[in-house]
Amino acid sequence: MDHQTLVAVLLLAPLVGFFINGFRYRKHNHLVAGAIATTMVFISFVCSILLFLNLTEMKEENRRIVVSFFEWLKVGNFKAEFSFVIDQISGIMILIITGIGSLIHLFSIEYMHHDKGVAKYFSYLNLFVFNMLLLVLGSNLLVMFAGWEGVGLCSYLLIGFWFSDESKAAAGMKAFITNRIGDAAFLIGMFILFLQFGTIDFANLNGLAPSTPTHDWLNPLTIACLLLFIGATGKSAQIPLYVWLPDAMAGPTPVSALIHAATMVTAGVYMIVRLNPIFMAAPNALLVVAIVGAATAVIAASIGIVQNDIKKVLAYSTVSQLGYMFLGVGVGAFGSALFHLMTHAFFKALMFLGSGSVIHAMHEEQDIQKMGGLKKYLPITHLTFAMGWLAILGFPGFSGFFSKDEILWMSYHSPMGHPALWVAGVLGAVMTAFYMTRLMALTFWGESRVPKNIHPHESPALMWIPLVVLAILSVIGGWIGIPHIISEILPGHPANIWEHWLNPMITKIPGLAAANPQEEWTLMGVSVTLVLLSSGIAFIFYGKASELPSKLSENFGGLYRLLVDKYRVDEFYEKALIRPFVWLSENLWLHVDVSFIDRCTHWCSNFVKGAGAMARTVQNGNLQQYAMYMALGLVVILSYILMR
Amino acid sequence: MLNEAWIEPGLNHYLMLSAIIFSLGLLGVLLRKNAIVMLMSIELMLNAVNLTFVAFSKYSGNINGQVMVFFVMTIAAAEAAVGLAIVASIFKRFKEVNIRFFEHLKG
Repeated sequence: MDHQTLVAVLLLAPLVGFFINGFRYRKHNHLVAGAIATTMVFISFVCSILLFLNLTEMKEENRRIVVSFFEWLKVGNFKAEFSFVIDQISGIMILIITGIGSLIHLFSIEYMHHDKGVAKYFSYLNLFVFNMLLLVLGSNLLVMFAGWEGVGLCSYLLIGFWFSDESKAAAGMKAFITNRIGDAAFLIGMFILFLQFGTIDFANLNGLAPSTPTHDWLNPLTIACLLLFIGATGKSAQIPLYVWLPDAMAGPTPVSALIHAATMVTAGVYMIVRLNPIFMAAPNALLVVAIVGAATAVIAASIGIVQNDIKKVLAYSTVSQLGYMFLGVGVGAFGSALFHLMTHAFFKALMFLGSGSVIHAMHEEQDIQKMGGLKKYLPITHLTFAMGWLAILGFPGFSGFFSKDEILWMSYHSPMGHPALWVAGVLGAVMTAFYMTRLMALTFWGESRVPKNIHPHESPALMWIPLVVLAILSVIGGWIGIPHIISEILPGHPANIWEHWLNPMITKIPGLAAANPQEEWTLMGVSVTLVLLSSGIAFIFYGKASELPSKLSENFGGLYRLLVDKYRVDEFYEKALIRPFVWLSENLWLHVDVSFIDRCTHWCSNFVKGAGAMARTVQNGNLQQYAMYMALGLVVILSYILMR
Repeated sequence: MLNEAWIEPGLNHYLMLSAIIFSLGLLGVLLRKNAIVMLMSIELMLNAVNLTFVAFSKYSGNINGQVMVFFVMTIAAAEAAVGLAIVASIFKRFKEVNIRFFEHLKG
């Protein structure tokens, strides 16, 4: 098949699945609905593999497949084609999306099996995959934006999937509105880029990016990049717009795995990597990205420490890991950020599905204080979850180790980085190790605190097969990007395939000094030691029934309450933004809309109504009145003639 | 006595009489609700006009006016036939010939 057909099938298969399941949304058979949806995504996956293989066969200099379907918009010199590009970056993204997507669809079949709206669920999920593919494949900002909005919509639909529960519907709304704020900024950033360069096509934009960076804060380029980054903070849950992601856990767990861990939330990182030459020309914007990323990594991780809902812990962990990715792009390590995006997609999808398996086994119980000792009942889930745990910890050899270490190293080593960023990164990693170990200990190890009436059981094969596949990927996924200093001591010196693959797409960091192996080893050693130490402490705290956690929370009551209340950010937004806004809207409604605009329009309509009523009396169907008019008319005419 | 008081009627008298009859007819059409009375009033108006024709014809010595009267009478007969037919059908339906029932003919 030629490229055009392949791309068309890749994109349209999930859309077809959406329509099929969408039209039979009342049906309750989870196997049929699930089979249709999973097959469609799997078809996409096969197409992705074929396209990716095609890509690898091409010469490195022009390794890209561009497929244009039609001209979408043409206004003046603004031109946007409905076209798609598959290159080193989007090639990897489509593999992640469709591959992990297929696994999660498979998992959902069993997970959603009791649900009445299973066909609707799968149709939304397919629509999401379609939009996500649109987002990553689009060859210009407009197609990307279409996908960007589409995934936001699907996210809203799926978070509020059980909309009869008002808090869940509200969570969907919150996600949607928060995203809208970012989207508005994204749109303005896109306009500024168009004004600056006269094009929104990625290839042209990246080609036109000035080679000398501008250090002016008010330069249009810096402003555009900052606005695009605000868009990314909305979609990728960074400070200040991260508040929707923890609430988004109201959706079904596989949705959290697919949308709120593996794919959609990484869209912001993808967008910046896609536009990396532009961002490199605006180092000030990248500085903001790095600082926000590091701050998010630390703050979200600290909130994660005290959460008791298994999904909330993972949600804050996702926010924190996304912070790492932004820290990576912020210091110019775009390849490492994308690498972490991929490994994170593996292990976080794994852990979300694992938590889904736990929740399934516990009959919808999500409180880890009521779990414990589940290792005995859920051996496969425990084992696979442990792989994800080691990966996110950055345990040497596991996928998360390579990607996270690379980002930490670059945040220190890159001329755009700073030791403070490294410290923040390590602090985040230490806290990540703490709360993930706490999660493992409270859920799987130690004494069982499971209520008497719940009998946990291992999930069926349809659920644990995706877990096993993802666990394998979480372990080996990092081996394609082994840093130079480690591969030197390994037998056979495995090459850094990842770096080599992405090299042509990534702008070099200007003034990057050669790495000092000793320095790199030291930093790696420090971070790994601290991480292991912290997980050891967490194990002592929670693995054995210990008094320490409660004592600590008593002694540091203020800090503990602050963390449990998530730094009261939601409350702050409520007071500082939402209430004034509601107040303003209410006043505008009552004093401008109702008492002024409505009154004007009512006056107009009343005037017309009155005039009509007057005119209507002339034609009331009363024969004698008509005769009267004729007689009167005659009198008038006659008098005129006679008086003249 | 009688002879002295007698005034030879002139054109003006005829016209006056005709105007009075016409006005009575017009008022009848405008004010009465009974369809048959209205038809009769229309006849009154037509005949008032006929009277004018004849009077003018007599005093001007032109025969045309009297010819016109025949036409008017024929048309009045036709009009009365049609009008009475409608009134009859209205009566059949509503057992009354009040003009307000004609409003039901509205589209």
